[in-house]
Amino acid sequence: MTLLRTSPQNAETMTEAVGVRGRSLWVDARRRLFRNKASVISMIVLGIITLMAIFAPLLSPYAYDYIDYSVISCSPDWWPDKTVMCNAGGAHIFGTDSVGRDLFVRVLYGARVSLAVGLVATLVSLLIGVAYGATAGFIGGRLDEVMMRFVDVLYSLPFIFFVIILMVVFDRNFILLFVAIGAVEWLTMARIVRGQTLSIKQKEFIEAARAGGVTRFNIIRRHIIPNVVGPVIVYVTLTIPSVILAESFLSFLGLGIQEPLTSWGVLISEGANKMETAPWMLVFPAVFMAVTLFCFNFIGDGLRDALDPKDR
Amino acid sequence: MLSYAIRRILSAIPTLFIIITLAFFMMRAAPGGPFDSQRKLPPQIEHNIEVAYNLDKPLFQQYLLYLGHISHGDFGPSYKNRNFTVTQLIAAGVPVSARLGFSAMAIALLVGVTLGAVAALNQNHAGDYGVMSVAMVGITIPTFVTAPLLTLIFGVYGITIWGLDLSLPVGGWNGGAARNVILPIFVLALPQIAIIARLVRGSVIEVLRSNYVRTARAKGLPDHVVMTRHVLQAALLPLVSYLGPAIAGIVTGSLVVEQIFGLPGIGRYFVQGALNRDYTLVMGVVIFYATFIILLNLVADILYRVLDPRVRFE
Repeated sequence: MTLLRTSPQNAETMTEAVGVRGRSLWVDARRRLFRNKASVISMIVLGIITLMAIFAPLLSPYAYDYIDYSVISCSPDWWPDKTVMCNAGGAHIFGTDSVGRDLFVRVLYGARVSLAVGLVATLVSLLIGVAYGATAGFIGGRLDEVMMRFVDVLYSLPFIFFVIILMVVFDRNFILLFVAIGAVEWLTMARIVRGQTLSIKQKEFIEAARAGGVTRFNIIRRHIIPNVVGPVIVYVTLTIPSVILAESFLSFLGLGIQEPLTSWGVLISEGANKMETAPWMLVFPAVFMAVTLFCFNFIGDGLRDALDPKDR
Repeated sequence: MLSYAIRRILSAIPTLFIIITLAFFMMRAAPGGPFDSQRKLPPQIEHNIEVAYNLDKPLFQQYLLYLGHISHGDFGPSYKNRNFTVTQLIAAGVPVSARLGFSAMAIALLVGVTLGAVAALNQNHAGDYGVMSVAMVGITIPTFVTAPLLTLIFGVYGITIWGLDLSLPVGGWNGGAARNVILPIFVLALPQIAIIARLVRGSVIEVLRSNYVRTARAKGLPDHVVMTRHVLQAALLPLVSYLGPAIAGIVTGSLVVEQIFGLPGIGRYFVQGALNRDYTLVMGVVIFYATFIILLNLVADILYRVLDPRVRFE
């Protein structure tokens, strides 16, 4: 009995000891992440695309909705195929679209929308998923069972269809798009957080901490959260591209972002319609989108390798 | 076994019920009715129409009637295609979508499993890296990018290799001619090939390390027997549980593919219904797809239980 009753100082040292190891995990993870070439290159490329999106108005002399009927569907002047209808001249480095708007600035504005949707909707899914999953996992028992059964039921619904119905019934609302996509993506997040919480709760080091008299709050703060954060970060990096995809999918079908605003999905859809006469209208947004999705996936993979404490 | 199957079927019913309920009430929340027109109808005629379509009854009673109709496979009239019922439109689209979807699934399984197994056997060699980078491309690049790009290459520019004309039509159904469906099926299968290849690679590598495979080798069994009898049988099991998501993925992909290639499947009706605010058509297709996906998930679950000797039916 006397063995179990430890002094507060003792508990404090235990927390600190584990805390040091926790920090070294992060340092270690960062070192490993930066050693992964694909991830580092992806971060740089993604950074450049983000900066270009943010400073889009400064990078082009044209406004994203400036219509110039004298350069309709014109190729950039470095385009290899010279048989095209017209040449837009040096200022339109990506050419122009079917109403004479500058494609370069539109691709960058598309990046703004796509990245913003990616971040906001992921944040929505993160908030719902972590709160839901942590509650279910930490409280456990009957509540956990009911909550997870509910997730199972939602899982089997073809959610993209409901997002489409929402967009149809409530008339293509920008905010609704964020919320709807975020609300679709939280399910997996909730499962991951719940599973992680459950398994960590039963680990020996939690038991040791509890036996050492560490308070419940400190157990959550020092032991559970740092261990849950890893998989959550990895999943967030993988959710962003899937959200961007979902938005582009809806926009491609004509149900997402509306004119004159644009997103990569809208641009790709316009480009796909015009690809026989003006392939650049398809190629540039498609390349930007593909590169961005690749970057997020590589960063996600790199993070997973870096944060997985198992293969240290 | 039987009791498990029955339990699973019973648990699918509330899910379906939720879908139908959601669909019904969302449809009612939508502004505008099926018989709104530019010219205002005389009140008496409007009332008669409402009576004819049961629109005069309380909402809850309408809901029960709708449930009754759906149980007979009757999704009501299409709002925009005036002479057709939703059921007729769905029935017209099913053969096209089914052919695309099932061919894509078959190709995805065949190619995906082969590539995954090849990658696993060449782990960390050129073959492995090759397959995995192709898989990365397949997973990352969405259908609505691959479809136009491949159409551009094979349809618009056309490709001739060694005098062989490899150009394909840019779209159209053309009675389901092979030339017309190659590109759509391939585009639909590509992401699934990639995911399946990754899955199979992972599980084959895991199984190759297991003790019973070493035992089989030690007994002197030839490599191909070890591979087919011991490795693949165990390694393909996780694939069964991926069938459900794979089908959902192909259904979602078919929305885009049918739109791009101009194929008259259910997905195209759905997208056009959504753009034209043809509420009944949209709801009908959602309920149809949901039922389909849930049923196939059910089949996949039961199949998994049947195939995996470790899972026992309580």
